Amino acid sequence: MALKTETMVLNMGPQHPSTHGVLRLELELEGEVIVNVKPHIGYLHRCFEKHAEVMTYPQVIPYTDRMDYLASMSNNFGYVVAVEKLLGIQVPDRVQYIRVIMAELQRIASHLVALGTNGLDIGAFTPFLYLFRDREHILSLFEMTCGARLLYNYMWVGGLSHDIHPDFVRLTKEFVNYFRPTITELNNLLTFNKIFIERTANIGILPLDTAINFGATGPVLRGSGLAFDLRREDPYSIYDRFNFEIPTGKGLVGTIGDCWDRYYVRVLEMEQSLRIIEQAIDPIPEGDVQSAIPKRVKPPKGTVYSRTENPRGELGYFIISDGNVNPFRIKVRGPSFVNLELMGELCKGHLVADVIAILGSIDIVLGEVDR
Amino acid sequence: MKNPEEIFEILKKEFGESILAIDKDVPTEPIIAVDPMYINKVGQFLREHEELKFDSLMVLSGVDDANGTKIKDEDETEVISGGTLSVYYHLHSVYLKHKITLKVSTPRDNPKAESVESIWKTADWHEREAYDMFGIIFLNHPDLRRILMPYDWEAGYPLRKDYKNPEFYQGMKVPY
Repeated sequence: MALKTETMVLNMGPQHPSTHGVLRLELELEGEVIVNVKPHIGYLHRCFEKHAEVMTYPQVIPYTDRMDYLASMSNNFGYVVAVEKLLGIQVPDRVQYIRVIMAELQRIASHLVALGTNGLDIGAFTPFLYLFRDREHILSLFEMTCGARLLYNYMWVGGLSHDIHPDFVRLTKEFVNYFRPTITELNNLLTFNKIFIERTANIGILPLDTAINFGATGPVLRGSGLAFDLRREDPYSIYDRFNFEIPTGKGLVGTIGDCWDRYYVRVLEMEQSLRIIEQAIDPIPEGDVQSAIPKRVKPPKGTVYSRTENPRGELGYFIISDGNVNPFRIKVRGPSFVNLELMGELCKGHLVADVIAILGSIDIVLGEVDR
Repeated sequence: MKNPEEIFEILKKEFGESILAIDKDVPTEPIIAVDPMYINKVGQFLREHEELKFDSLMVLSGVDDANGTKIKDEDETEVISGGTLSVYYHLHSVYLKHKITLKVSTPRDNPKAESVESIWKTADWHEREAYDMFGIIFLNHPDLRRILMPYDWEAGYPLRKDYKNPEFYQGMKVPY
């Protein structure tokens, strides 16, 4: 007679250091092998969308800061692009250039956290500290510009809250020169580290068709080998003026679409962001950054769905206006929310320890998942 | 690459009455209105048609249209009766690079629409969110539970325009 077997349920979170916030994963195990993963979310739910309905359009911007709090600039950017589309206003070139520079600096800062914590979660403590040291330079640049280090409320509808500091251009150039060699340092320290590769290569392989069907975007989708980047695909702001490449997963040390590929795409993207900053920093035109800010933001009746490339993927704002000063409905399509849905698919057949590596490689921010 | 009018024509030819209208008045992309009971068939067709290939659902959003009659109930709070709840589907084709928006409207007192979860997996959590926030029932969804609110939330659907904060949640005062 065969022995009776049954699966075991293990609860991971809501308080677990590697869930980057409060996320509960219900793991169904057979021995140490994952049969199924069920994420339970909502612990950080603040009902952003309900709040937004009683705010005026500019008042919503600080709330967008608090969704993906590691990439607040990009969140502001996505929102103001959507509202400007609804209003049909043109923004001065100076504003556009500064916005692009800020968004790319933010992308680097966000990727630094993603890469650092990905390593940290699976035991590499030192690179985390190195990366946070570099991120500090970017935060200082932001602090110098708008006074805040994490939640900026910097991009306003039609303009910016502050003009850049007279030293900003010089310091940004210095940062670019300083930062480029540290990517090599990161590669030596973590990317091509044998232990790190053992933990991430061939783990959590995401085939391309699954990725598209699940709506994955950003480094998660590009890690699976498709060069899909909204900055190129559906250019917003002035991204069509810059040359940059779209890195994709090549399966250098394992299979295309594994955790290592998603990790490495982020490393390569930082270099591309540096390239964009270099191209954008010199031609910043003179001008007033607040000249196009409307006195009263009151869009005509209508709807808009506008998407921008956040460090984590496609950040979409679906805004319905009924012609009033406050939005009738805002729906946010957060990249983390959609990418997190992949957990169940990616973890099947792997070990418990791999769940952490996979979650780190998806790079979620719970503030945005739960909104 | 097809524009929304061409897509509308193709759908109209295939589905006839279930494709209701195309709304081109809005400042941005046109919206095709579809019968809520046929949305899954339309979705399947859009995904598999050679010239359309809508392989990705960008976002699915529930909306309270608030177009019913507003009546005051006994304790002077406004309640909406009648009207519709809507679901918007923003689709996009990774390979053919075109986009389209679909919309279904369902009656507020009995909001039901077919699920598109089996066509685009993205819809799984988005439909759960629309159910959680608006109480729209997606037929044939495999796991339609609340997602952002607590599983035992009994005070209704928060994003409806006539939602009222409850006084108590599981015996605890709100706000505590």
